[in-house]
Amino acid sequence: MDADVLLQMRGITKRFPGVTAIEDVSLAVRRGEIHAICGENGAGKSTLMKVLSGVYPAGSYDGEIVFDGRAVHFGGIRDSEAVGIVIIHQELALVPYLSIAENIFLGNERRGRAGFIDWNRTNADAAGLLASVGLDENPVSPVIQLGVGKQQLVEIAKALSKEVRLLILDEPTAALNDIDSAHLLDLLRRLRDQGITCIMISHKLNEITAIADSTTVLRDGRTVETIDMRSGDVTQERIIRGMVGRDLDSFYPSRESAPGEEVLRIEDWTVWHPVQPRKVVDGASLNVRAGEVVGIAGLMGAGRTELAMSVFGRAYGRDISGRLYKHGKPIKARTVAEAIDNGIAYATEDRKRYGLNLIADVRANVSAAALDKLSRAGWVNGNEEIKVAEQSRQDLNIKTQSVMDPVGTLSGGNQQKVVLSKWLLTDPDVLILDEPTRGIDVGAKYEIYTIINRLVAEGKAVIVISSELPELLGMCDRIYTLSAGRITGELPVELATQENLMALMTKEKELAG
Amino acid sequence: MTSLKPPPTASEGSAPAAALHGGIRDPRTLILRNLRQSGIYIAFVVIVALFAFLTDGVLLSPGNITNIVLQYSYILVLAIGMVILIIAGHIDLSVGSVVALTGAVSAVLVIQQGYPWWIGVAAALAVGVAVGAWHGFWVAYVGMPAFIVTLAGMLLFRGLTLRVLDNVSLSPFPAEYQKVATGFLNGLLGGHGYDAFTLFIAAFAIIGYAVSVFRTRLARIRYQQSVESFPLFVARVLLVAAVVMYFAWQLAHARGLPIVLIILAALVIVYGLMTQNTVFGRQIYAIGGNLSAATLSGVKVRKVNFWIFVNMGLLAGIAGVIYSSRSNGAQPAAGNMFELDAIAAAFIGGAAVAGGVGTVVGAMVGGLIMAVMSNGMQLEGVDQSTQYVVKGLVLLLAVAFDIYNKRRAGATR
Repeated sequence: MDADVLLQMRGITKRFPGVTAIEDVSLAVRRGEIHAICGENGAGKSTLMKVLSGVYPAGSYDGEIVFDGRAVHFGGIRDSEAVGIVIIHQELALVPYLSIAENIFLGNERRGRAGFIDWNRTNADAAGLLASVGLDENPVSPVIQLGVGKQQLVEIAKALSKEVRLLILDEPTAALNDIDSAHLLDLLRRLRDQGITCIMISHKLNEITAIADSTTVLRDGRTVETIDMRSGDVTQERIIRGMVGRDLDSFYPSRESAPGEEVLRIEDWTVWHPVQPRKVVDGASLNVRAGEVVGIAGLMGAGRTELAMSVFGRAYGRDISGRLYKHGKPIKARTVAEAIDNGIAYATEDRKRYGLNLIADVRANVSAAALDKLSRAGWVNGNEEIKVAEQSRQDLNIKTQSVMDPVGTLSGGNQQKVVLSKWLLTDPDVLILDEPTRGIDVGAKYEIYTIINRLVAEGKAVIVISSELPELLGMCDRIYTLSAGRITGELPVELATQENLMALMTKEKELAG
Repeated sequence: MTSLKPPPTASEGSAPAAALHGGIRDPRTLILRNLRQSGIYIAFVVIVALFAFLTDGVLLSPGNITNIVLQYSYILVLAIGMVILIIAGHIDLSVGSVVALTGAVSAVLVIQQGYPWWIGVAAALAVGVAVGAWHGFWVAYVGMPAFIVTLAGMLLFRGLTLRVLDNVSLSPFPAEYQKVATGFLNGLLGGHGYDAFTLFIAAFAIIGYAVSVFRTRLARIRYQQSVESFPLFVARVLLVAAVVMYFAWQLAHARGLPIVLIILAALVIVYGLMTQNTVFGRQIYAIGGNLSAATLSGVKVRKVNFWIFVNMGLLAGIAGVIYSSRSNGAQPAAGNMFELDAIAAAFIGGAAVAGGVGTVVGAMVGGLIMAVMSNGMQLEGVDQSTQYVVKGLVLLLAVAFDIYNKRRAGATR
């Protein structure tokens, strides 16, 4: 066997009752490289990583794993950590009220005499680790005070504390803005140069092409290919071809743009933070017309979600002031119910926390915001409800065996379609879509874009909030930029570029006078 | 009503039908798939059979069946309100105290002041509603956890009970009041050693049930949904009919149809339908399943939370009337630990600790499991200490089984 190879997984097959999650998958990771794994949701990436990290113990799968020249059989996650394989999950697993240092050494405490925790050593070691990941924070401050990007760095520091040899990151930049993402990728490069091998699962192909030395593509539970990226001429299209098994003409389906009358106008909208004495949105004004997709670009913390949620029935913030006009007439949307009655819909950026009842079935989630329409005198017509849910399942191509399956068992992309179905059922005039394609695979993204195009073709007004500038440039007719709660620019898409949008998005200092 | 394109006609009928019909026609898979739901019914049948065997059939004798109904009716009434709160993610620790308070108010008015029986009933219900509104205010509008609010209520209303009763028991109630919990409807149609009226009501109920499920079946067929095969459907209706008739037959040979059973049946039907088929009921599940998502779907969360506490108060008032009527008076210590029996009934009946899951019918079966076990052990002369131990273990195992099942269901994904 090649001495250059740190990890070799061969012929891995993992079956669940009734379904084969991965079949005959092989993966070879060279020492000291960044190895990307990509594939659509449900392709088997997470299953493969759970096999590798011992979440699925040896014996529950077929195939062999060779790590550093020795065949390994992990009975649990502790076994894999013992040889230096550490996995950082997409959902960060930090305890919010413990300090950074406590989190880093959780389960691996720095002990002194008589088994008591040696706090001096704990905090000093933590400070060292924080320096090595480039995080300038006091190790005794609680994790809850950190943003997601910094929490991600704490997770990496925690992994380093375990003397990691193979670091596995599952969607590490999914929740990060561009600046934090760039910072994280730099860190991964530095760790690679220090000899830490890294496996990164990601949907963000631009990051993969930027950082990965090799890319293994999975599709439908099988290995499609491993691409050597070091030559530098592998394009995103090349990877996508492997992931979806065909060429996508384009990321973004084309659309005839024909905006009509103004549907919603927001004027001088100001929102205060619910507990802190500061404005989150400051005098924002914008409008959207029928048959138009309007984008809102802004860095994380710019007030994008806060603006949308406060417009949507004051679901966020306090002391909200400003005016709303629908078709030119002033409207009130003081509660979510009033906003829905006024034809406004808001699909959240965090579908698991704010969008779906995961333990309930697809049907109940689809009907949740439109029960009034499915009922007479307070009685729900259960058959009608199932019928419209079934209709949504077909229209939006929600992949589920039955609409009576719990939403929690669906993949991210299909969950997002359930969220969209819910709002389409309320028959809105204006749809505010907050990060509509976050954490979903390329194929499902394309489907979501197609749905958006279908809606504007029917004359709906759509507002898209997104962290991914190419997405806004590909989908929108007009783009507003938001910085520190203020609208800093408005560009028709023909004039917008990633560079000038980014300039407007970071233009806070001169305006905040 | 949706703005979406009509589905492609080619797939209409075939695809959804295939999806919905998929493998749930066969009764064996039906039972296996729904082990979580059906497990509780199977457990109930096993426990009844076990105690019927141990007591040489005394458990199922006419007089004893009547007794079980009378003895546990107020717990079952409380369990209805409790399971609704638990579904929404709350709890109510105060119901025992509220049962005592409402009974006490009623006793003071009827026994001490000499008002007619119905004034006592009305006052008890009014006090229950007021207590519910009090809890609802703190939970829904101030945003406090129900655990704390009702823990305070448990002390508060126990204290008020002592104050109202001046620390002494009151008794007896007039005969009309006693009839609520101990009266029977019988003899209205005569009979030969049995009560024809009871059998008539049971037959009537069975026909109503059959017609109702048959109409549901027709509606489902009209909407192209899966239905069980016709023989299986008939078998199900016949099984229900047989159980109800057996039960009615036993009652008819004892003292007839207990008034309390009529009240209970009416409540179960009303609340069962309310939770499953109304917008309000569905919103309760939505709140318990994901509070934020429910809020952002336009559910008026505060309003729903407020009213389900008011409802719990009302049901506690009804339970207070039944209990005071049954015990023929009001005692300062009445209703002690009732909340725990009601909570146990809800959880044994499949409600989830985290909220979002549970049914009224499940809670009733959970309550009956506790009732049959208590009654069976009493008949066997098992001492009180053992009874507590057994009931505690049953609660523990029921919820453990539930968690095991959930994990198993999750593992198949």
